Amino acid sequence: MVKKSSPALPPGSEWTFEALEAYDEAIGRAAASYQLDCYPHVLEVISAEQMMDAYASIGMPVYYHHWSYGKHFLSTENRYKRGQMGLAYEIVINSDPCIAYLMEENTLPMQGLVIAHAAYGHNSFFKGNHLFKQWTSADAIVDYLVFAKQFIAQSEERYGVAVVEKLLDACHALQNLGVDRFKRSPRLSLEKESVRQQERADYLQAQVNDLWRTLPPHLATSQTAQEARFPVEPEENLLYFIEKNAPLLEPWQREIVRIVRKIGQYFYPQRQTQVMNEGWACFWHYTLLNTLYDEGALSDGFMLEFLQSHTNVVYQPPYNSPHYGGINPYALGFAMWRDIRRICEHPSDEDREWFPEIAGSNWRDTFEFAMQNFKDESFIAQYLSPQLMRDFRFFSVLDDDARDKLQIQAIHNDSGYRALRSQLSDQYNLGSREPNIQVWNVDLRGDRSLTLRHFSQQRRPLDESSKVVLEHVAYLWGFTVRLESQDSHDNVSLVAECMREKRSGHVGTGH
Amino acid sequence: MPLHIVDRRLDSKHKSSVNRGRFIERFKGQIRKAVSDAINKRGIRDIDNGEKIGISGKDIEEPQFAHGQGGAWETVRPGNDRFSSGEQVDRPRGGSAGRGGGKAGKDGESLDEFMFTLTRDEFLDIFFDELALPNLVKQHLARVEQYRRVRAGYTQNGVPTNINFARTMRGAVSRRIAVGGPYAAQLRALMAQLEELKDSLTDDDPEMQRLRAEIARLHAKMDRVPFVDTFDLRYNNHIRVPLPSTQAVMFCLLDVSGSMDEGRKNIAKRFFMLLYLFLTRNYERIEVVFIRHHTVAAEVDEDEFFTSRESGGTVVSSALKLMHKIIATRYPSNQWNIYGAQASDGDNWDDDSSRCRELLAQSLLPLTQYFAYIEITQGPPQNLWEEYTKLAATQADHFAMRRIATVADIYPVFRDLFKRKV
Repeated sequence: MVKKSSPALPPGSEWTFEALEAYDEAIGRAAASYQLDCYPHVLEVISAEQMMDAYASIGMPVYYHHWSYGKHFLSTENRYKRGQMGLAYEIVINSDPCIAYLMEENTLPMQGLVIAHAAYGHNSFFKGNHLFKQWTSADAIVDYLVFAKQFIAQSEERYGVAVVEKLLDACHALQNLGVDRFKRSPRLSLEKESVRQQERADYLQAQVNDLWRTLPPHLATSQTAQEARFPVEPEENLLYFIEKNAPLLEPWQREIVRIVRKIGQYFYPQRQTQVMNEGWACFWHYTLLNTLYDEGALSDGFMLEFLQSHTNVVYQPPYNSPHYGGINPYALGFAMWRDIRRICEHPSDEDREWFPEIAGSNWRDTFEFAMQNFKDESFIAQYLSPQLMRDFRFFSVLDDDARDKLQIQAIHNDSGYRALRSQLSDQYNLGSREPNIQVWNVDLRGDRSLTLRHFSQQRRPLDESSKVVLEHVAYLWGFTVRLESQDSHDNVSLVAECMREKRSGHVGTGH
Repeated sequence: MPLHIVDRRLDSKHKSSVNRGRFIERFKGQIRKAVSDAINKRGIRDIDNGEKIGISGKDIEEPQFAHGQGGAWETVRPGNDRFSSGEQVDRPRGGSAGRGGGKAGKDGESLDEFMFTLTRDEFLDIFFDELALPNLVKQHLARVEQYRRVRAGYTQNGVPTNINFARTMRGAVSRRIAVGGPYAAQLRALMAQLEELKDSLTDDDPEMQRLRAEIARLHAKMDRVPFVDTFDLRYNNHIRVPLPSTQAVMFCLLDVSGSMDEGRKNIAKRFFMLLYLFLTRNYERIEVVFIRHHTVAAEVDEDEFFTSRESGGTVVSSALKLMHKIIATRYPSNQWNIYGAQASDGDNWDDDSSRCRELLAQSLLPLTQYFAYIEITQGPPQNLWEEYTKLAATQADHFAMRRIATVADIYPVFRDLFKRKV
């Protein structure tokens, strides 16, 4: 390709602040030429140790204290020092302005890669994707974390570290079950949280007490009312249910349950869009840096180092390789976005048949639409092409413990494409990956026991740790908690039960 | 959109130290056991380092609701190299590879040890905990080095009490000259001009008035140069230099007769470690000599010192004699601070114990800074203990002894030693 003249960017491997600025400016220009819509961003240069700190607190700049983050820190530190693991090149925070961390140990080409990947790639995804728009308030998350940290620190001071720790342990065990999948969460804000916190605490307590006060006074009527369940519909958001209804929690405890729930919700879109998000960021760092190279701004040395890192990141080992650890979301995501561009620009007959609406269309418009309106599950169901399935040589295996052998269900051929695609899409459906557990009933007029029901799919059982989790639920609920499992034939069996002594006297106006 | 690059490298490190501390606090029981094992494995001279330890991964799991083994799973995998649809394939060995990614790995992982590295401070903290050291002593031992503050020139910032007036004023004078200099030259020129014109022109001549105004302006400008500026301030500078330290030699005397079992040796090891740690705080260079004895004494390396085990009787004086000989040949007492630490179960030949007392009193104690003896036993005291008791009565400054059953009893042996130095 003929190189157009463009001011060369600083070469070499040592970075300086001036060089970072020059790179950011050039990459920003390239991004603008593709109409990439981003939040403004801040680059923060940090040391390796700070990167480990950031790792331990899930990348957030402020976070409350808990032993489990200490554990993550220690294990990261140990592996890093033994050289088993390089630190991630980048951490990027979905906030407005978007914060991207650059580690000081990185070479200049790596910093360029991180800027393109995080500060433009991930950043534009955070800004555009509907899940992030709906679930997270980028402008308020840091403030909310500050509030959470302060509140938890105050609670520790007032009630003791051990008590708060026990509560947080219990909440963390349920963090993945703290999401409303269908409702949008209200916007978070520091002032509002602080001001309304006390108000809400009082109100919540009153609500809970009310619930117990409305119990029918006569045992005679309870027989007929037995049919009415509470909650009326099964509730999938366990933490929300506990926050609103657990009879014995103090207001400050409810607030902490809420904090863990809110933060879990903030990370929910990230869990749902891993393939899309990482693939998007990889696609853009690849595209932006290649654009700059074609303009003559980057040296061959830069490109060689960049391409080596890039190739490592998007490598997919085959199923029988010792390095195989599932499908690499970077590899799949990057390949899919590249494939969509190919379908738009150079569609084959097969593509025209499979994707009539995008074949030959403007790739940037198609990209924006796909990036904004999908999550991993639907993205794969919509855009995974036969070409890509052949490239990855995908095949689908059924492992049924009722059979002696594994069965190959589908491979990358005409009869298998649709089955493969829907199977892979389902693999990214959080609802089928994680056990489906819902609040089923509360024995309002008896022992106040809480019954959770696991809706078993494909005879998949729960693992042993469920019993430990159940103890945490019982701690929060304060009374006996039961876990039942319902199979596909609607047979219900008791999985585990965690007994709690009824602590009379703790319940304000209840009877 | 202006770009912000923030350099955070100088921000507070150790953001995770609270979380790290919480983790260690929570699993103190397991960690303490791991540390104890580590101490038994490591050398006396390595006590002052951090340590990589492992605790059971099972204990520290964070449970979540998850699927267990079983049921039906269909998964898509990449890299098909031989399969066609509908084919039946044998389950790979282990039975898990056909299943959803990661699950089986997680189960296997949870049984592994969780490895991590304790820092030197955390390690010592747990070590001290076990030895039941008083806090003052803990601080003394954990401190890296002792420093002295000495004068070291002048700096431009400091606290008001440290202002050096002579330097400050000298700087102020130079600055006033330097800043006011150009005005002074102009002023002189204008004055000369004024002097020249005074005779030919009247006072209200505009030229005269212009000159006078100009002169007044320059005066005002010069007055505005401050007498002392913050820029002139100089402070006496102090820096910390490590205290001069000297060299010491530590003799470890261990009874390796048949009755000294592993448990007793581990107690003895901690006894030696504690003395070593104390010496590292006070001396720059420390040598350690290991002498083990049963009926005869020998100088050995550390490995052999703790691992070998002999049977037969015990002649304690043999070790004391060897120690004396080594001092005479290698560690002249005018150049070395000599410390002795002896551990035994108290058995000795009957007629040897009085010789031990004489040896200590007459030839060894005059040369040593401190000699500590522990008797690791639950039985009744024997003659060596009785003889040493006589010694302790007269030589309390240099000599300490104690009968101990657990590691927590070790510290009182050194109580006088620490009291003196702390």
